[in-house]
Amino acid sequence: MASLVIAEHDGKVLKDSTNKTVTAAAQVSTPVHVLVAGSGADAVAEAASKLTGVEKVIYADDATYAKLVAEPVAKLILSLAGKYDAILAPATTNGKNYMPRVAAKLDVPQISEILKVDSPDTFERPIYAGNAIATVQAPAGKKVITVRTTAFKPAEAAGNATVEKIASAGDDGISKFMHEELSKSERPELTSAKIVISGGRGMQSGENFHMLDKIADKLHAAVGASRAAVDAGFVPNDYQVGQTGKVVAPELYIAVGISGAIQHLAGMKDSKVIAAINKDEEAPIFQVADFGLVADLFKAIPEMDEELTKLGY
Amino acid sequence: MKVIVPVKRVIDYNVKVRVKADQTGVDLANVKMSMNPFDEISVEEAIRLKEKGKATEVIAVSIGPQQASETIRTALAMGADRGILVKTDGEVEPLAVAKILKAICEAEKPELVITGKQAIDDDSNQTGQMLAALLGWPQATFAHKLEMGDGKADIEREIDGGLQTVEVKLPAVMTTDLRLNEPRYASLPNIMKAKKKPIDEKTPADYGVDVTPRLKTLKVTEPPKRQAGIKVKSVSELLAKLKEVGAI
Repeated sequence: MASLVIAEHDGKVLKDSTNKTVTAAAQVSTPVHVLVAGSGADAVAEAASKLTGVEKVIYADDATYAKLVAEPVAKLILSLAGKYDAILAPATTNGKNYMPRVAAKLDVPQISEILKVDSPDTFERPIYAGNAIATVQAPAGKKVITVRTTAFKPAEAAGNATVEKIASAGDDGISKFMHEELSKSERPELTSAKIVISGGRGMQSGENFHMLDKIADKLHAAVGASRAAVDAGFVPNDYQVGQTGKVVAPELYIAVGISGAIQHLAGMKDSKVIAAINKDEEAPIFQVADFGLVADLFKAIPEMDEELTKLGY
Repeated sequence: MKVIVPVKRVIDYNVKVRVKADQTGVDLANVKMSMNPFDEISVEEAIRLKEKGKATEVIAVSIGPQQASETIRTALAMGADRGILVKTDGEVEPLAVAKILKAICEAEKPELVITGKQAIDDDSNQTGQMLAALLGWPQATFAHKLEMGDGKADIEREIDGGLQTVEVKLPAVMTTDLRLNEPRYASLPNIMKAKKKPIDEKTPADYGVDVTPRLKTLKVTEPPKRQAGIKVKSVSELLAKLKEVGAI
């Protein structure tokens, strides 16, 4: 049959997580269709139509979908579900919000955050915050899947799919979007940043995190923290990388003054390259770091800042 | 207003999990088990609603082995009023959990169900949303702040890149995120008191739910191990190495 990918977007821009989900979808069932639920999101539908491997874009343009509220989006997906044997969304806060609703109504299990498609019905997914990998086989019938997008390459933008407009599936009026506060930082989001620099208890204070901000600005990195730093009140909870915080897998993770507790490692050990700076050479973080520097961070970080400036960053 | 809080017994978050040599799962023998951390946040939020006079009764529900009654006791010691233990052997998937909870909701008629956003064992992040869908209720996932209104609730949610507030009509399902609150520790007198609070014991059959897993776990393996890398001597060497591998 076919697979349906639910596009992730902000009304203007198609997010890269969609491109990666298209790659996963093509391994599950082809052809691949992309659903864009949005309001005035023509540019998003247009961008989706360019993705290689996408045969058709289905575009539901209605004010109801402006903020991708779970209830109406799930309803829309369900209205289309009959034609597909697999429905996939990136495991973003949106995908995680509406996909289980879809699965429950279809009376099928959801397969969360797949890392790999072994065969069209067999998937690898992380459990215990990535400390174990489960290989699971889905039963016959429709598959509802969310995709850990850091595990898939993005589909290229060399396609030319048709865009079909469809009507709204309506809203039951049980929930409504009120307002949102998006962080105004110029920096990328922690979960989608290519580089993350995180501080731990060794930072000693919230003030000292500004040293990391400077490096982050130079490298276009996001700033994170260990649970110890959050618990000590240095930075807010949304900085937390770890099992009970955010799971990140950037191209480069720089751990500063972080000892490397299990709970932290669970949230960052899938990063492509890990660099660690810690004055304790026995710190467990060095067991996972590609490059370790045993040094006092209060000397090393200002020095790094200077060196980066010299290198033209 | 009744509030139902499902609580799951999981491996304590401080324990390093070990994959069994036969690849059938992770080793649960002689491992410290605790309440799922997100569920503790749910229990705390429900108790606060009761303390503020918004909730009249808090019911902790656990679906799991006999020992899950200890997890319910923890919730009772924190301040929940009574418990329901639905006894099962083996793994129960989120969809089956949602079906059991749906039946409990139909019997108990709560105005709010507060679940953790995910359990730290299977990391599914599905149960609350599935329950809401099966009941035809609205949902507010990843809650950061809850404001109860008249027949509705305003819930601030953690979303990628910021915070979003939705208004849901009651009854509703809310799933909790880390920043919602700091769960309390149970005091000794409350732990003693909790021993006298009632726990009803049920089975999935009482609710007409088949808990046979739908997904077949073929194997559970260790993730690829990272090799410890090299130590560098200076910041400039570190940056040179990072440039060399194309990381910066």
